[in-house]
Amino acid sequence: MTLWWIGDIVLLVVVLPVVIYLLNGVLTAARSIVPSVSKIADVAAAGSKDLDATALLLTTQDQVRQTVAGVANYGGSLDVIIDDA
Amino acid sequence: MHAAGAVMIVAVVLIVLALVYYLVSTILALRQITNGLDDVIKSVGEIVEKSAPVEAVVGDINENLDAAVSALEGLLVKKAGMEDAVGLVDGLYPGAAAQGLRDYPESREITPPRIGEVYTKGTLTLARLGREAPIALASPAGPALRAVEYGSLNARLLYPEVRQDRPEKMPRSPVIGSDSPEQYEQRPDIGQPRKRFRSGA
Repeated sequence: MTLWWIGDIVLLVVVLPVVIYLLNGVLTAARSIVPSVSKIADVAAAGSKDLDATALLLTTQDQVRQTVAGVANYGGSLDVIIDDA
Repeated sequence: MHAAGAVMIVAVVLIVLALVYYLVSTILALRQITNGLDDVIKSVGEIVEKSAPVEAVVGDINENLDAAVSALEGLLVKKAGMEDAVGLVDGLYPGAAAQGLRDYPESREITPPRIGEVYTKGTLTLARLGREAPIALASPAGPALRAVEYGSLNARLLYPEVRQDRPEKMPRSPVIGSDSPEQYEQRPDIGQPRKRFRSGA
């Protein structure tokens, strides 16, 4: 009978607090990750939205080509018009 | 059942309840994390997809601009000469002569002449276009190219000294012609019939 009581005391005083302490630590850690993941998701979404303008690079590329072609034409004309040094 | 056994059962039940509560709570938190990471993965995938062609496009833009810069530098050196070209660049960007022209490493060793005092602003602007300058921006930092009024002041210096004081009235230009008040060449034969020489004389 004494051993039964000792077992009860061990369960209530040692095992139960240890189990609660450990599980509480796991739960706290898991809950602390949630807001961080939410912030990362928001930032990633904002970054993705910022990159929507990359499609305009194609327009820039085309305009740069046209500009360079125009500059080349002007340069060719200047090369003909102006005497060399 | 004796009392110790009952207490044992109660203790085990308490432990199981604690396990259930905390493990279920942890599972819910992990599900929230999983959902958040799904959103992150989706957004990161979009970022990767959208940024994939950037390198190629920017590379092509840089190639075109490099070619334009090389051509304009070559034209500038060809037409103005290396020394004046460096002077023009230094006139636009004070101190840029130390960096020199990109395709002409020997230009770094040239002492830039004070081209900004000779060439007009328009010439320097033309040269600026070939110097990878952002066209729409304000004038580069540094002293004014020539003067606050740009070309007009220096052009005035080319005239005789009397114009430098900006007089309110300048001597009028002389009136010319037969009715002019001042006849600069007064001879009696002016206005008379032209002399006729004898034929055969």
